[in-house]
Amino acid sequence: MIAPLKIDQLLKAGPTKSRIDAFIAENKFPIVQGEQATFVFRGQADKLILRHWIYGLESANELQRVPETDLWHLTLDVPPRSRVEYKYEIHRGSKSKWIEDPLNPNRARDPFGANSVLQGEGYELPEWTNPDPEARPGILEPLKFDSPTVGERHGHIYLPARFRRSRQYPLLVVHDGSDYLKYTQMKTVLDNLIHRLEIPDIIVAFTDSSDRLREYGNDVTHAHFVTEELLPELQRLLPLIDRPQARGLMGASFGAVAAFSTAWRYPRVWGRLLLQSGSFAFTDIGKRNHRGPLFDRVVEFINNFRDQPTAMSERVFVSCGVYESLIYENRSLIPLLETTGMEVKFVEARDGHNWENWRDRLREGLSWLFPGPLMFVYE
Amino acid sequence: MVAASRAIVLLGAQRFNPTLGEAADELGVRGKIATITAGWQERETEDDDLREHLGERTINLRLHARADVIFREDPEFRDAHRARQALLRHRQDFYRIRLEHELAAQHVIRNRVAPAEILAEESRASIQSIRDLDRWHLEQCSHVRRDFEEKWKWVERDAIAKQRAELQKIIGDVDAVAIAGGHVAILLNRLELFGIADFLKGKTLFAWCAGAMALSERVILFHDTPPQGPGAAEVLDAGLGLVKGIVVLPQSEFRIKLDDTARVRTMAQRFAPSTCLGMPARSRMTVRRNRYSHVHDIVQIAVDGTHAPLAGEAA
Repeated sequence: MIAPLKIDQLLKAGPTKSRIDAFIAENKFPIVQGEQATFVFRGQADKLILRHWIYGLESANELQRVPETDLWHLTLDVPPRSRVEYKYEIHRGSKSKWIEDPLNPNRARDPFGANSVLQGEGYELPEWTNPDPEARPGILEPLKFDSPTVGERHGHIYLPARFRRSRQYPLLVVHDGSDYLKYTQMKTVLDNLIHRLEIPDIIVAFTDSSDRLREYGNDVTHAHFVTEELLPELQRLLPLIDRPQARGLMGASFGAVAAFSTAWRYPRVWGRLLLQSGSFAFTDIGKRNHRGPLFDRVVEFINNFRDQPTAMSERVFVSCGVYESLIYENRSLIPLLETTGMEVKFVEARDGHNWENWRDRLREGLSWLFPGPLMFVYE
Repeated sequence: MVAASRAIVLLGAQRFNPTLGEAADELGVRGKIATITAGWQERETEDDDLREHLGERTINLRLHARADVIFREDPEFRDAHRARQALLRHRQDFYRIRLEHELAAQHVIRNRVAPAEILAEESRASIQSIRDLDRWHLEQCSHVRRDFEEKWKWVERDAIAKQRAELQKIIGDVDAVAIAGGHVAILLNRLELFGIADFLKGKTLFAWCAGAMALSERVILFHDTPPQGPGAAEVLDAGLGLVKGIVVLPQSEFRIKLDDTARVRTMAQRFAPSTCLGMPARSRMTVRRNRYSHVHDIVQIAVDGTHAPLAGEAA
C-alpha cells in the first residue's frame, strides 16, 4: 500500500497555523516519499515558481498556495537516486528574484553561487568525498608557468603523500583545476582513493584558463600549450612515467571538449581521458548547432570526429547526467568511440550539469583509468 | 606437494589478532625467525608488531631496502630491470584486455537459452579458452624472465652476489622464515631478485596473504568488488611453487562474493585441478608432503561453485 503524501494529510486534516507549524518542524524539505518529492515554501509571495535544471521536464513549475495560508507546495515525480539542483523564483508585486530554499540546508556551490539540492530516495553522499583521518594527505603546490603562446598561467600541482623523487608517477592534467578543487573536493578525493589503494600514487596538475570558452572549445593553441609546453615542463620538473598509459587529461563541460580535442590533435600522447558532461555539440546537416555560435568550433571538431573516428587515446571514461541536455550528445559519442578500438566506459547518473555530479563520478572514472594497487595488495 | 618434508604454514591476515606465534609454537619453532616484509615496500622495517608478537627473535631480511642498494650500485642492471618490468606490465595489460573479452563471452553463453548439451559444450569450450589464455600468459611471463636471466645472469653480478651471500648466512642461522603479505608483485620481484628460494630448502616456512600466494605455483589477483566495476581474477605470474596444487585466495571474507555461485564456479573451473582456497583472517593450515594438517577456517571452493570448510588431517 502506498503511504499518503504528507502534504495531502496536512491538507485533509485542515491546515491551521498550528498544524502548519508542526508540519514544518517535523519534516525535512523537500519531503521525499518514494518516488515523489514535495517542495514546500512558507512565506508571503504573489507567485512562486520552482526553477530546476532537469532537461526533459518543464523548467518552471508553479507551486500552489494553500488558500488563506502562507504555505506553498508542489509534488513532482523524482526517480530514486536522483540529485536535483533548484531554486525558487519568488514574485512579490512587480518584482521577482531567485532564492535558495530556506527550508533545505543542502546546497551545491559552483562558480555562479549556490543552488538548493534535492536528494532523491537512495541517493547518498559518497563517503569517499569526506576527509578520512586515516588517509595521509598529499600536498598542493602552486604552479606558475610562463607559456610562450598563452602567457602566464597559474594552477596547482598535487603530489601524493610519501612522494619521492626516486619513484616515477602517472600524470593527470585537469582542466578548470581550481573549480575541481573547490567544488568537487578533488584533493580529498585523491587522498582517499590513494589511501584505499583504488588509484596509484599520482601527480595531478590542476590548470586554469583565463578565457575558457575560447581556449577550451577546440583550440589549436590550447592543445599546443598543454602538450608541447606544459607537459615537457612537468616532465622536466617531476618524476613522471613516460608512457601514454600513465598520462591523462580530464575536464567537464567545455573542459571535456578541451581534453578530448587536445588528445585528438596529439594522438597516442594522452593514453587516458576522463570526460564529464562534455559539450560535444554536433550537427547532422549544416554547420550551426542550435546551441549558438559559441559552439561553432566544437561542432566543427565533433563533426570531423564523427566523420572519421580515430583512436587518439587508449582508455576513455565518459560520464553524463541524464537530466542534462548534453546526454544526447554524450550518448551519441559512445558508439563512435567504441568503433576506434579504444576501451570506453560510459556512466550515466540521475543528475544534472553540475559539479557534484562530476564529483560523484570521480571514483569510478579515476579508478578505471588509473587502477590502483588494490588487486595487488594482500595484507 | 611439498619439495621436502619440512613444514610450510599458510596463514590468513596477521595485522589484527595474529596467529603466527601459535603456529610457530605448534611446530616447536623456538629459535630465530628471519622475516621478509618486502611486500610492505618502504614500510618494510615498520615491523614492531611482528617482532613483538614473535617474542623479539626476528631478523628482518630487508629485501626491499637491499634491492634499492643494488639499483644504486648497479645502474646498468637497474635500467635493464626497469625495462623488463615495463615489458611484464605490457604483457599483463594485453592479457587483461583479452581476458575481459573471454570472460564476457562466458557470461553471455551462461545466460543463453539453448539445448542443454550445446550449452554445456559451449560453456566447457569457453572455460577452456580462458584456461588457455591463462596458460599462454604464464608462458609469456616465463619467456620474459628466462630471456632476462640468460642475458644478465644477475645473481653473479657483484652488487647482488654480495647481498645474496649475506642473506644466505642469515637464513642459514635461523630456524624458520616468515614471509609477510603486502604488494604481491613487489614481493615476488624481490624474492626472485635475490633468488631466495635457493636458501629456503628444508626451512620451516610461515607465510600469509601475499606471502602465501608467492609460495604457490600461480599467483592469482582477484577482487570481486573493486570500485571500477566487477573485477576479473587474473593470473599475475608463477609463484615459487613450494606449495603445489592450490590457489591461495587471502582476505576471502571481503574479496570474494562466495554466494555468487556462477562467478566462483568460473574461478574454480579456470584453475582446476588446483584447488581454490579462501583464506580469511585467522585461517591457517600446515602443508607437509602434500598433506594438510592443523586446518583452521579455510574455505574450499568446488568446481560446481559451492564452498565448504576445507577438511584436513589431524596433526
